[in-house]
Amino acid sequence: MKDILSELESRRDMARLGGGEHRIEAQHKRGKLTARERIELLLDEGSFEEFDTFVAHRCTDFGMEKQRPYGDGVVTGWGTINGRMVYVFSQDFTVFGGSLSETHAQKICKIMDMAVQNGAPVIGINDSGGARIQEGVASLAGYAEVFQRNIMASGVVPQISVIMGPCAGGAVYSPAMTDFIFMVKDSSYMFVTGPDVVKTVTNEVVTAEELGGASTHTKKSSVADGAFENDVEALAEVRRLVDFLPLNNREKPPVRPFFDEPGRGEKSLDTLIPENANTPYDMKELIEKTADEGDFFEIQEDFAKNIITGFIRLEGQTVGVVANQPMVLAGCLDIDSSRKAARFVRFCDCFEIPILTFVDVPGFLPGTSQEYGGVIKHGAKLLFAYGEATVPKVTVITRKAYGGAYDVMSSKHIRGDFNYAWPTAEIAVMGAKGATEIIHRADLGNEEKIAAHTKDYEDRFANPFVAAERGFIDEVIMPHSTRRRVARAFASLRNKHLSNPWKKHDNIPL
Amino acid sequence: MFKKILIANRGEIACRVIKTARKMGIGTVAIYSDADRQALHVEMADEAVHIGPPPANQSYIVIDKVMEAIRSSGAEAVHPGYGFLSENPKFAEALAAEGVAFVGPPVGAIEKMGDKITSKKIAKEAGVSTVPGYMGLIEDADEAVKISAEIGYPVMIKASAGGGGKGMRIAWDDDEAREGFQSSKNEAANSFGDDRIFIEKFVTQPRHIEIQVLCDAHGNGLYLGERECSIQRRNQKVVEEAPSPFLDEATRKAMGEQAVALAQAVGYTSAGTVEFIVDGDKNFYFLEMNTRLQVEHPVTELITGIDLVEQMIRVANGEELTITQDDIKLNGWAIENRLYAEDPYRNFLPSIGRLTRYRPPAEVAAGPLLDNDKWQGEAPSGPIAVRNDTGVYEGGEISMYYDPMIAKLCTWAPTRAEAIEAMRVALDSFELEGIGHNLPFLSAVMDHPKFVAGEATTAFIAEEWPEGFEGVELSEDVLRRIAASAAAMHRVAEIRRTRISGRIDNHERVVGEDWVVNLQGLRYEVKVQADPEGATVVFEDGSSHRVTSDWTPGKQLAELMVDAERLVLKVGKISGGFRLRSRGADLKVHVRSPRQAELADLMPEKLPPDTSKMLLCPMPGLIVKINVAEGDEVQEGQPLCTVEAMKMENILRAERKGVVAKVNAGPGDSLAVDDVIMEFE
Repeated sequence: MKDILSELESRRDMARLGGGEHRIEAQHKRGKLTARERIELLLDEGSFEEFDTFVAHRCTDFGMEKQRPYGDGVVTGWGTINGRMVYVFSQDFTVFGGSLSETHAQKICKIMDMAVQNGAPVIGINDSGGARIQEGVASLAGYAEVFQRNIMASGVVPQISVIMGPCAGGAVYSPAMTDFIFMVKDSSYMFVTGPDVVKTVTNEVVTAEELGGASTHTKKSSVADGAFENDVEALAEVRRLVDFLPLNNREKPPVRPFFDEPGRGEKSLDTLIPENANTPYDMKELIEKTADEGDFFEIQEDFAKNIITGFIRLEGQTVGVVANQPMVLAGCLDIDSSRKAARFVRFCDCFEIPILTFVDVPGFLPGTSQEYGGVIKHGAKLLFAYGEATVPKVTVITRKAYGGAYDVMSSKHIRGDFNYAWPTAEIAVMGAKGATEIIHRADLGNEEKIAAHTKDYEDRFANPFVAAERGFIDEVIMPHSTRRRVARAFASLRNKHLSNPWKKHDNIPL
Repeated sequence: MFKKILIANRGEIACRVIKTARKMGIGTVAIYSDADRQALHVEMADEAVHIGPPPANQSYIVIDKVMEAIRSSGAEAVHPGYGFLSENPKFAEALAAEGVAFVGPPVGAIEKMGDKITSKKIAKEAGVSTVPGYMGLIEDADEAVKISAEIGYPVMIKASAGGGGKGMRIAWDDDEAREGFQSSKNEAANSFGDDRIFIEKFVTQPRHIEIQVLCDAHGNGLYLGERECSIQRRNQKVVEEAPSPFLDEATRKAMGEQAVALAQAVGYTSAGTVEFIVDGDKNFYFLEMNTRLQVEHPVTELITGIDLVEQMIRVANGEELTITQDDIKLNGWAIENRLYAEDPYRNFLPSIGRLTRYRPPAEVAAGPLLDNDKWQGEAPSGPIAVRNDTGVYEGGEISMYYDPMIAKLCTWAPTRAEAIEAMRVALDSFELEGIGHNLPFLSAVMDHPKFVAGEATTAFIAEEWPEGFEGVELSEDVLRRIAASAAAMHRVAEIRRTRISGRIDNHERVVGEDWVVNLQGLRYEVKVQADPEGATVVFEDGSSHRVTSDWTPGKQLAELMVDAERLVLKVGKISGGFRLRSRGADLKVHVRSPRQAELADLMPEKLPPDTSKMLLCPMPGLIVKINVAEGDEVQEGQPLCTVEAMKMENILRAERKGVVAKVNAGPGDSLAVDDVIMEFE
């Protein structure tokens, strides 16, 4: 009996060694942790329960039958993050370079199926050389099985991908369909075709880092939602993100004890808006001063900085924030910012996360590059996302809300629940100067007259009261009371129930 | 008494004067420029008059505009504060012409003391000690030696046209004087084309010590002790204290009496300051007289209990002083630290912008001011005093148009050591964000052994930080206390995280006792034993610290008791840890479980990118122009690009010769601090 028990222990020890001491050392030398070490950091200490420890591949080609390590290059199972359940898979680069075989894929599929059934997020840690070439089409089939599950799980449980090594070729499409992708600087990359193929086909010479490193994907492509210095930091931040997310689409977002006064006034916000309407200010100050304890988890911080997206808590409960950033491109909407915010709004709506919108938008960015790029359809994505969202929506206009962009930014007309404006708000078709030049075209040559008309227009329309007269703004609020007002608004919406007409699914302008 | 007084100033000094005027029941009128519409002094005053655009030469120092404000408001008296029009005789004359009282000395006194040569002459005649020297032209080396010997060594041999240390020699004996004269003369001829030379006494270990005088129009004059202002950076005072740790009673009396004699020699009335330079042997020499209220006046108020602004107003109203020299007692010790919007890590570059956070420590009243019922403002009383004179508020703006001073933080205590300790805690508690500021540097000064010993001379900052300020290295003992605090705080934050909703019942995360604190490359393995009152943090060597605090996650200021000592930390968030600031140090602290720490040790140390070949944006701003293209060779000093920040165009120049490898930004781009504008080969 004792022998049998110790047999299990020795088999487990073998499985835990993955590709062996040498490869573990090599992994560490690259500044990377092993699959199991990563899981240890991601989950509460001692909470990991492994599945399929002893799974091995079934390939008999190319001499593969001689090497059948336990686990087959991926560690799967479940555990807890601050006591809440999550499912996890972590690819083991020390075993066949983390390559994906049929059985490797089956392990991933198993925990994804359980995650959907049991209502818990899936966190995938990617560190894989790609398909297991020796298995051929079986490996490709494996990918597709995972893809299909990513699709089915989308909107049911949160899916988070952490790229901690290579992720190339077909492999990129699994993370691509998850809700969030995080990368590790200098040790991870993602691309559909690598530098060698690029060089052969297009003669472009590019490094893996330039082609698909963390910087590329957080700043240029927007494939990744954030990048961190190393594995330890990345996994700590994923834990922090999970604390904001509900476990599934049937649950409300989590609540945790908070140490902040819901009615906290911020006198300094009364002077946030500069005297000159063209002077920028930092919208993040408003977000941080509104949030519980100033805590803000930003999503896509380095991309389309003219809009800010991320999570805060109000009275301990998660709220998604979308805010125009006047510091960048005057906070205008363009292709990138519309896409960025639209995807964020849809994530929040999927998972019942209320949405807070801070508006200071002078309109859409004009120009051929925008029109040629299809800003019409991209802008429509954000409009669509806001309009279809049924979660509580609270909007505060701090300064400009001009033209179509006013409609888009969670206006009353697209089912905003609370639409507040600061006294500094200007809700109008366009800025005073532009409007005057159209209305009083006849006086265009006469500077004095135009100046007088502009002043008239400003006096009449550069304020929140015209909109308030029509009820498009529910109330004009003092900037210093924003946190209290917004917190109370969401509190009153805790039992909001709104549903859209039955449809198979909508047809958002992708 | 006057019914209404106009304060021809802005910022903290305007607020300061308003406080006393209000206490005396006098109505107050503020003046303001466009940049100060929302300023604190405007809000505090009973009424406010707009006087023009932001630049001071179009508003605050335009006599006509100020006179118009006086007429329109009907003010009967004007307090000029310091700077601006405070020492402008024309302004005093204009006021006199319209029968408005000037809260300051008579025009004649301002004029006489305003001229360096005249004031020195008058001082000499009044029996005030001046720096011995020979102002005439010196023919040859022999004459130079003769004069030097008469003055007494050491002497300074200076070129008349000199500057920046050129053409300047210090001589300690005849031979050096002969040599120094020749080389100074040659250097002066070469550098300035003017070889005139003069010689004066070289003051060794110089200290800047000044006497506060107060005179009325009835012939009474007295001195209110001294202030030591030796800690200066490029002639800008940074730290002041009263009394001076250096003076003895006899010197104080001699300086005080000479100061009063000088004031009376010019018919001075009101408060004024006579500045001296004092050498290592306590010889003192007259420098100049400031015919106004001094920035650092609060330290004198704190040790004498006399409200100087009140005295100035009474004197201006023609009243006779009710205090005599015998009434003046110097009680306890007061220290002032000037908080400037200057970034010490960037060679004290002025920093302007929005004060996103401004929470000064709570004011506490104590000392003679409290005894004499002269405390400005409202504050609870205590064994030590904390006073903060300021003109800003959270959400306010530090503008480019005026002095970058944010506040004058003063502490008073019965002894110097206690006053210093009170200042350290006050600085630690001062929350200031949004702009660069010198708080860490002030903390460093307060902890510097030379300052603590009272041995700082005017060369203190230049000598102790010759390469500029790069932060503070805390002692091992303080670091351990901070590590213990961080571990206890981390535990509190982690426990809160486990209280989230949606947990699996009965399978909750248990927060452990063992932690590894990583701080500035140091590693402490600790055990946090918590109980309802606090936590005992035990270190590897068995020693422990007892930490108690009401800190909760998110609080930006942690006030802790570590053993029996107070520790105040500013707490910020960094990825996976805390940013803790205290005593001028800025620490990144990570608290991890032993296993997390073990894995973290495997992470590669990433060196910060080498920025020596990059042009970084020094301030948040907009690129207006890029002057060079990739591949261009640039010379030292050549303009590279123009960054507009706060409506001001800043030209960034090449620091050395090089070739532009890459330009990362173009006109119209808005950049943050340290964004890379261009790279060099």
